[in-house]
Amino acid sequence: MKLRYLVARLVKTVLVVIAVVLLSFFLIRLAPGDTATVMAGQAGFADEAFMKSLRAEYGLDQPVPVQLWKYLSTVAHGDLGSSFVRRQPVLDVILERLPNTLLLNGFALLVAIAGGVVMGMVAARKPGSAADAAMTMLSMVFYAMPQFWLGMMAMLVFSVWLGWLPPFGLETMGADYTGLARLGDIAVHMILPGVTLALFFLASYARLTRAAMIEVADQDFVKTARAKGLSERQVARRHILRNALMPLITYAGLQASILVGGSVLVENVFSWPGIGTLAYEAVQSRDNPLLLGILIVTATLVCLFNLITDIAYSIADPRVELS
Amino acid sequence: MELLRRFLSRPTTLFGLAIFLLIVAIALGAPFLFSRGPFSIVGMPLLPPGAPGLLAGSDVIGRDMAVGLAYGARISLLVGIASTICAVGIGVLLGAVAGYYGGWVDDLLMRVTEFFQIIPSFVLLMVLVAFMQPSLESTVIGIALVTWPQVARVVRGEFLSLRAREFVQAARVLGMRDGAIIFTQILPNALPPIVVVSSMMVGSAILTESALAFLGLGDPNLLSWGSMIGSSRSAMWVAWWTTVLPGLCIVITVLALNFIGDGLNDALNPRGKR
Repeated sequence: MKLRYLVARLVKTVLVVIAVVLLSFFLIRLAPGDTATVMAGQAGFADEAFMKSLRAEYGLDQPVPVQLWKYLSTVAHGDLGSSFVRRQPVLDVILERLPNTLLLNGFALLVAIAGGVVMGMVAARKPGSAADAAMTMLSMVFYAMPQFWLGMMAMLVFSVWLGWLPPFGLETMGADYTGLARLGDIAVHMILPGVTLALFFLASYARLTRAAMIEVADQDFVKTARAKGLSERQVARRHILRNALMPLITYAGLQASILVGGSVLVENVFSWPGIGTLAYEAVQSRDNPLLLGILIVTATLVCLFNLITDIAYSIADPRVELS
Repeated sequence: MELLRRFLSRPTTLFGLAIFLLIVAIALGAPFLFSRGPFSIVGMPLLPPGAPGLLAGSDVIGRDMAVGLAYGARISLLVGIASTICAVGIGVLLGAVAGYYGGWVDDLLMRVTEFFQIIPSFVLLMVLVAFMQPSLESTVIGIALVTWPQVARVVRGEFLSLRAREFVQAARVLGMRDGAIIFTQILPNALPPIVVVSSMMVGSAILTESALAFLGLGDPNLLSWGSMIGSSRSAMWVAWWTTVLPGLCIVITVLALNFIGDGLNDALNPRGKR
């Protein structure tokens, strides 16, 4: 039963990725001019014969289904084409930046979940209290705030005015730290972009935890735990919290796509050398293959993350009907 | 009347409504409030707010920030409302067909909306706008293309539960065509949740527009709050107002819209879970 679910889930993930690749194929055809006109533009001249030979070389003179099949099979082989501007394989350019983005997003997710759970527990202890009301208000404000602007405000306060944290980049330029000193340096640089990215989700995790805590606290097994004489602390931690955390797993998966979108903006604000700054560079230099490569890679990653959270949920909560 | 009373009963809704009307007034009145356009240079760059004749200071090339903020409101509201109307149009049509007929149409639509939920829609939006060339139209179309599935899901859910109701069966027995049943019988009953979802979408569309403009993917011929922030990034260190003020405008506008959305939700859905 579980195996069948896993296979079905895997097939679905692959289908979504294929759909993204299909979409990007049609986007390429939608864009004004084809690869041949772009190459001719770079070469600086174009007569009809040259264009024709270019189109033949890149298979652009073949019927659309043939081109589509070729495109699908090259992507399936891990070949996302080559960047117009950098003259490097797109995949190499992306993979070089990917670890930085994963690091930033992982850190932000951790901060959001840890902070959100703590805030949610505080608010759930006394629904309707001042802490509860303040949290609801705060989450409304964060929802209304452009993330890139929040990042700039954080930079303004903590880097420009207070001078506590470095405003730009992954590490101090020219310092050439190694080992632990380098890790520490990167960690310090990660605080501002990471927390900026986390704040938006922190508010929603807090609301979710609060709602789940209040709901779970009403159930029979909690009354039983109280009745057998456990302290309120123990009940809250071991019985209520553990069960209230379940929805957070699903939510983290659902929000992954939004996290990546936010990361594009926040990376640009803090000049964090990840996929987001790469996407900006690709837009600025009209490097369409690179931009589509980023779309395919980020979509694949989000799909994988969704797959992982779904499996994690099914392991954590055996009651879930796997269908 | 009862609906209106309930809608206006919350202080936050009234506050949101007042702020929103003020912003609409400023947006519409911008050409009358200021004699100069947003692109004209009025003095030295980076003058602080309160400098003679400059309520909100001047920006990196000496344009009046106050004029820019007023004209920026037009772009934000225009994009927010236009893209929501487009998204609601597509979402209602597809959601209604899927929910009413069910079957493979419904399956297909559900797959498509799931697809949009999973993929990073902001990255897709960047690709769409970049490929269409940045302009006001491409911003609106792009935002509508990535947000319509939200509406479609809601509409489909409503249609799915309403289509089995007696008034629909009665209409069918009377020989009404499917199109007429969908638009004159079911749709009016499905309106409340559609109104709530769309009111929330205006705010998020404004946020998305500002993000696109910040990245330089907005219309290069128009001044918007996002592009004001984007173009004054380098000046942030010496002139805080160039980035703080446009951002505050965005926050206040979106907050006001969300308050209105919450009020609508309460009024139209009094027993609903919050």
